[in-house]
Amino acid sequence: MSDAAPLLRAADVEVRFEGRGRRAAAIAVDGVNLDIAAGEIVALVGESGCGKTTLARTMLGLERPTAGQVSFAGKPLTYRSAAMRVYRRLVQLVLQDPTGSLNPRHTVYEAVAEGVRIHHLDDEEARVAEALSRCGLRPPERFFQRYPHELSGGQRQRVVIAGALVLQPQVLVADEPVASLDASVRGEILSLLLRLRDELGLAALVVTHDLGLAWNIADRLAVMYLGRIVEVGTPEQVFADPRHPYTRALMSVLPESPIDPIVLTGEPPDATRIPAGCRFHPRCPELASGAAAAAGVAEACTGTALPMLPARPATEAADQAQVSCHLADALSETTGRT
Amino acid sequence: MTLLELRDLSVTYTTEGGPVPAVRGVSLTVDAGQTLGLAGESGCGKSTIATSILRLLPTSAKVDGQILFQGDDVLTMKWGRLRAVRWAGASIVFQGALHSLNPVQRVGTQIAEPILLHTTAGKDKARERAVELLRQVGLTAARADSYPHELSGGQKQRVMIAMALACSPDLIIADEPTTALDVMIQAQVLNLIGDLVRERGIGMIMISHDLSVLSATCQRLAVMYAGKIVEEGPAHQVFTDARHPYAEALSWAFPIIGDTKSRMRPRGLAGDPPDPADVPSGCSFHPRCAVAQPQCARREMELWPAGDSRLAACVRVLPESEAVA
Repeated sequence: MSDAAPLLRAADVEVRFEGRGRRAAAIAVDGVNLDIAAGEIVALVGESGCGKTTLARTMLGLERPTAGQVSFAGKPLTYRSAAMRVYRRLVQLVLQDPTGSLNPRHTVYEAVAEGVRIHHLDDEEARVAEALSRCGLRPPERFFQRYPHELSGGQRQRVVIAGALVLQPQVLVADEPVASLDASVRGEILSLLLRLRDELGLAALVVTHDLGLAWNIADRLAVMYLGRIVEVGTPEQVFADPRHPYTRALMSVLPESPIDPIVLTGEPPDATRIPAGCRFHPRCPELASGAAAAAGVAEACTGTALPMLPARPATEAADQAQVSCHLADALSETTGRT
Repeated sequence: MTLLELRDLSVTYTTEGGPVPAVRGVSLTVDAGQTLGLAGESGCGKSTIATSILRLLPTSAKVDGQILFQGDDVLTMKWGRLRAVRWAGASIVFQGALHSLNPVQRVGTQIAEPILLHTTAGKDKARERAVELLRQVGLTAARADSYPHELSGGQKQRVMIAMALACSPDLIIADEPTTALDVMIQAQVLNLIGDLVRERGIGMIMISHDLSVLSATCQRLAVMYAGKIVEEGPAHQVFTDARHPYAEALSWAFPIIGDTKSRMRPRGLAGDPPDPADVPSGCSFHPRCAVAQPQCARREMELWPAGDSRLAACVRVLPESEAVA
């Protein structure tokens, strides 16, 4: 994390999907700054519909931001096809469901070699063999002619990861990499991601709704709510002292949580109607309980929009998580925290 | 009072490739007002048990043993009695509620259907009851006129639970009721289920692969592997201090946040779940077991007492007199 320039950066990114006819536009990502350093694993957590997958797709260059920019190694993406071709080798996607993302009529070899062929690289067989064995499918030759249905769920996910790895990327973007796997296999796949980081210096953005996964492998954790990152820090910082009421609620409903569950009512909010003021205020337990009013911020909560969280410069001494909350700001002023 | 008792239940599917034993000698009891968790990974037989309780298995399944529901054996019951037990005695919330609702029928009508079929209520009465059920699961009366596609995942799951409650059953079997739901919606649904069990004194079997959820919602927990129960006991103890190495490995998948032992150290289990058609000899878990002994490959393990009201099928819990192979 000591590199001056982050490897992958989202700066003030906004992604807006225009509504059809008279429907309002959906602002899936509404101002996000996020840095991923070389060799860093960042977990992006939040509920369905919060924009985490859209942000991940934007960082992959699959979606063009309507404002702000994504840059790789200091250079903004240009979205020209030649440039994207190079970029797609460097930043690879691992999908959620290995059964759905593998072609059932392609052998393991063909699935992994596809990227090599598209990018016209030499030594196809050697590259495929190396990627498979890095992913724990050893000896790789034994798996070459197998079809997806002959493999277990964990092996299929290894094949998917090998397919990404074969192009020697610098960043993996993984969307719920273990959500569809059996519980006993989950740890093995997460260990694989950690090992790839250690051996190859591979950075990763892991999109998940599973806080346990973040605790297991992430260097940094970003909590997203309705298009914005509302809290970001190391898992130790965020989990030991969650400062955003949304983060606290998410943690409180974990089965083994030491705090009483704060069950938010209602469904995840709608990106076509983002509330004024703090976007969390209609569901905020602190506002409802009067804690925000006691701290004198209730008006700000319902009326004053919060600024975007800045991407933390990698060199800054980080002893506290960043949070986007009027109440947390007011509390840290009174207690002298910055 | 014992509501449901499974005695040495075995289910074997007949397939082209030969017989596949999915459940191999399972005994369990559920009392009224009690929630039993059934954990295990795909293919371990947990959903087969759920479907066998209401005799919903395909004809290719051969069932042995006894399923005593309120003292009557479901397997030998006459059709009329079985029809009365389904819905009114026991009901199932199936896995993947998101796809189990009829997409072209209003949810109110779907909830009213079992009431019309299984009680003497007329159309108006059934409709009234459907609205009442929706209210109980936290949805407004107006939702009765919605089609499933107008509801979110959490709302559809609530509709499924309302439907399961329609004929006031004594037992509810919930097969992965919260899989595919967000953590916050999962918490809402689990709270709802907990309240229902407490308020109505119904018995409940909850099936999941998530030990942390089961530990938080169930009194007792049974862990299955390859068609057998390998550990059973008070839910929280099984989750935090498992005696069987497989139950222990399952609990690693759901790390306790803040526990420094699991930070940056995800733990899994090497190897793959066994093929039900080709279960390893001896203790079926031995090929994946980190603490296996030579005798584990030969000796089939039964459940043994492993502490206060706990059972485990592992050679390590055997009393000394039995330990010599």
